[in-house]
Amino acid sequence: MNRQRDSQDSKYRQANWNEPLLFEMSVSGKIAHRLPAVEDEVKRLAGSLDAMIPAGMRRKQSPNLPEMSELQVVRHFTRLSQMNFSVSSGIYPLGSCTMKYNPLINEQAALNPGLAWLHPYQDVSTCQGALELMWELEQWLAELSGMDAVTLQPPAGAAGEFAGVMIIRAYHKHVMDEGDQRKEMLIPDAAHGTNPASAAMAGFKIVVLPSSNEGLVDLDALKAASGPQTAGLMLTNPNTIGVFEKDIGEIAGIVHDSGGLLYYDGANLNAIMGISRPGDMGFDVMHMNLHKTFSTPHGGGGPGSGAVGVKEKLIELLPVPCIVKVKEGRFDLNYNLPRSIGKVHGFYGNFGVLVRAYTYICALGKEGLRRTSEIAVLNANYIAHHISQIRGFSLPYSPNTPRMHECVISAENLAEETGVTAMHVAKRLLDLGLHSPTMYFPLIVPEALMIEPTESESKEDLDLLIGAFKQISNEAYSNPDIVKSAPHSTALHDLDEYRAAHPKTLTLSWRMHQKRTAK
Amino acid sequence: MEFKHPYLPITKEIESEMLSSFGKRSLEDLFSNIPEDYRLKRDLNIPTSRTELEVAQRVQELASKNKPADTGRVFLGAGAGIHYIPSVVPALATRSEFLTSYTSYQPEISQGMLQTLFEYQSMMAELLGIDVVNSSMYDMATGLAEAVLMAARVNKKRSKFLVPDTINPVHWQVINTFAEPAGITIERVGHDQKSMLLDLADLKSKLDSQVAGVYVENPSYLGFIEPQVDEINRIVHDAGSLLVVGVDVLSLGILRPPGNYGADIIVGEGQYLGSAVSYGGPYLGVFGCRDRMKIIRQLPGRLVGMTRTSNEPYKRGFVLTLVPREQHIRREKATSNICSNQALVAVTAAVYTSTLGPEGFRHLGEIIAHRSHYAAKQLNKISGVTAPAFGASFWKEFVVRFEGDASAQLVHESLLKRDLHGGKILTEEYPEFGESMLLCVTELHGKTAIDQLVEVVRDVVTKGGGTR
Ligand SMILES: Cc1ncc(COP(=O)(O)O)c(C=O)c1O
Repeated sequence: MNRQRDSQDSKYRQANWNEPLLFEMSVSGKIAHRLPAVEDEVKRLAGSLDAMIPAGMRRKQSPNLPEMSELQVVRHFTRLSQMNFSVSSGIYPLGSCTMKYNPLINEQAALNPGLAWLHPYQDVSTCQGALELMWELEQWLAELSGMDAVTLQPPAGAAGEFAGVMIIRAYHKHVMDEGDQRKEMLIPDAAHGTNPASAAMAGFKIVVLPSSNEGLVDLDALKAASGPQTAGLMLTNPNTIGVFEKDIGEIAGIVHDSGGLLYYDGANLNAIMGISRPGDMGFDVMHMNLHKTFSTPHGGGGPGSGAVGVKEKLIELLPVPCIVKVKEGRFDLNYNLPRSIGKVHGFYGNFGVLVRAYTYICALGKEGLRRTSEIAVLNANYIAHHISQIRGFSLPYSPNTPRMHECVISAENLAEETGVTAMHVAKRLLDLGLHSPTMYFPLIVPEALMIEPTESESKEDLDLLIGAFKQISNEAYSNPDIVKSAPHSTALHDLDEYRAAHPKTLTLSWRMHQKRTAK
Repeated sequence: MEFKHPYLPITKEIESEMLSSFGKRSLEDLFSNIPEDYRLKRDLNIPTSRTELEVAQRVQELASKNKPADTGRVFLGAGAGIHYIPSVVPALATRSEFLTSYTSYQPEISQGMLQTLFEYQSMMAELLGIDVVNSSMYDMATGLAEAVLMAARVNKKRSKFLVPDTINPVHWQVINTFAEPAGITIERVGHDQKSMLLDLADLKSKLDSQVAGVYVENPSYLGFIEPQVDEINRIVHDAGSLLVVGVDVLSLGILRPPGNYGADIIVGEGQYLGSAVSYGGPYLGVFGCRDRMKIIRQLPGRLVGMTRTSNEPYKRGFVLTLVPREQHIRREKATSNICSNQALVAVTAAVYTSTLGPEGFRHLGEIIAHRSHYAAKQLNKISGVTAPAFGASFWKEFVVRFEGDASAQLVHESLLKRDLHGGKILTEEYPEFGESMLLCVTELHGKTAIDQLVEVVRDVVTKGGGTR
């Protein structure tokens, strides 16, 4: 019989090695790697180190780095990896982060020496394959987004936002000659924190737009806020609660009529590939998180890539260099864009991430990308429906409107009736071998649990997640303490965050630790 | 026929079952909120789905159009470093549990990543000689841009920032992109014509009460070592400015750490620590600062802190800390917009650094010094070639100048014909150097390749042509 796992019996036990710090394992004299000696002749001609480097610039005391054997290094990091939850370990429904499967062919491609060992300043004749890959990826992303050109330079979503709003700024300044006047960026209250942070870095004043009762852009508020001072509106669609902004045409009209541009936060592209395109909705600039929709791994926090797409009139403002196709099979880098916003990265972006996004698109193709979005939306609605049916949970804002790639569940009733909060639910999920959803975001939903299952999760796994919510609800109404005191089965729990952040105990390195304990 | 794919676990049959479980008949019902006008009514103009084998073949086809630099015959640096990567490094850093996790928002199940990043921060702190290092910026260029913004936040009333005019031109471009909208003016400090070292008189004359910070590099973009650091430290701090130092982290087994000469903020490129050059990314912005709350509170990026459980028996653990600096809490008032960073590259650097250890860093520093000086001396023997082009000492990179008819471009092309790759041509960036190139020599460059490089240069410079 096909035995399905259920959450009841999968009491999760993560490895708990009690692993010391490298510094505590260090034994003087050990080595984990040897380097070859320099040829005698080279040494003789080069001369002595003392002659090469001024005495005052030599390091006097060798750095306090760990001294271990090779196996000790291997064991240390293997053990630490075992103390880390990941997509490969289990369901990771972290809303807004699109924790989908990271296909292994992507990794193999990125490690191919013909791609991984290219120096960015190599003669372009020696890296035509890399340029072709980037050029082709740009074309595909432009096609998917409905934009006219794409740059792959920004190394993450936030960096893409910064590049994008800098392009908006340059447009008003250099193309329209209205730079002094258009100082305000409109941003909905539900927007991701990077949106206002990026706009502020580009020198804009942030004007926050309240959401309507349906959790959508409030058209009256938008009309009232836009005018000759408006530089643009930053929006994501589907929006932060996972609902498609059906009035997008009117929204675009209002912003464009006021002379502003429309920025699309493409973190949520996973819902609409091959179905609808931001470029067709009226957006002028956007970023796409390749580490979300395009399956490149999140790496414990990064690296990502925040490719930026723009409409025709903004192409001249893109960061340099641009990749150009000189003729069939011949590519080059073009630095000659006098009105460019400049550079937002030291080279051409996170190339290794681009390789992975490229192989992902190759593998899925047009049919697979569309099907991906369909399943992502199906999975999110399945979750939204079944979890909102569970006692204590609800689906605030437009409960009868389908969700797109994610849903925001509220544990407000549960909290009122049992004292079990969204945070407690999240921690209890860890006991059951599941990662928690995104908590307390967006700010417009009380006790928010933002769930994005992605297309990668099977129905069996979705049922496991739903089952876990049911179990937690039952526990909350019968024995709330078990939930409130969770997690119980993780390697550690109840870490003192206050102590971590207090100036007297703040410890950000081994050096700081040693100084503090010496006192 | 039904489209099936290994990444997609929901079959058509399961799809119907799921839809009917919440009263929907078709997928179309779920997209009802998207107005007709905004539907894409055609197929995407993207190639059709490929099998894994076909994808692997396409990747190989592209890769074979490139000439990788793992041969030890590419003498390029200028911000990207070609170094040997011990086999344990990628094997451990790309373990699936590290690779496929995200930011450690749930510390209870993420101690592995948190401890690794704490160890990264700690080992970088040891190398830099400073107490605080964050868990990564995107790369050195954007790290420096953030350092400029940070200096202006710490020194709130000041809006100028000084950099040496020998700065990496790409760094110059990136920091200006970030500084301009923040209302910060960046000015260049001149150099001594012979040695290229910072002109201290010019520094003093520009260091007014408006200067929030001053940047120096060691070794510099052009490879030379700046030895006037103690004087610079005094001058900068006497003026109430912050000292920001850019450093090659790999040099710190043998070169003096910037924390030792008063750096308040330190930036560096961490790609050198175990990551491949990868055509310019992903790299790693190493970013550190002094242990003073006034400075730490302005730090961009994520920080992992060591703490313990709230109750006895106390157990050590790690958490993300000082998060109120960050965008998800502080929004437009955050110290930076950075969210996703380069964590896995930091993990890679952690494995690399612990693999090399103190002995490895010292030895590597010496090997590179020997090889680069050997190359420079051999080149300098050729009449019509000066290497290094200026007087100051250097470590891994140096400028070579060609006199007479030989252009740097001709040298470059002649090297390519011999399956070698010269350094970055500087003729456009630094016309005052004449025909010149920035060469980089590392542990990967053996005597044979160096000798061949020298021979080609000799051919071109003395005979005017590289073909044989
Ligand atoms: C909606 C949204 N916008 C922007 C971002 C920022 O992207 P990144 O973390 O790559 O900078 C994120 C992700 O964290 C996001 O979820």
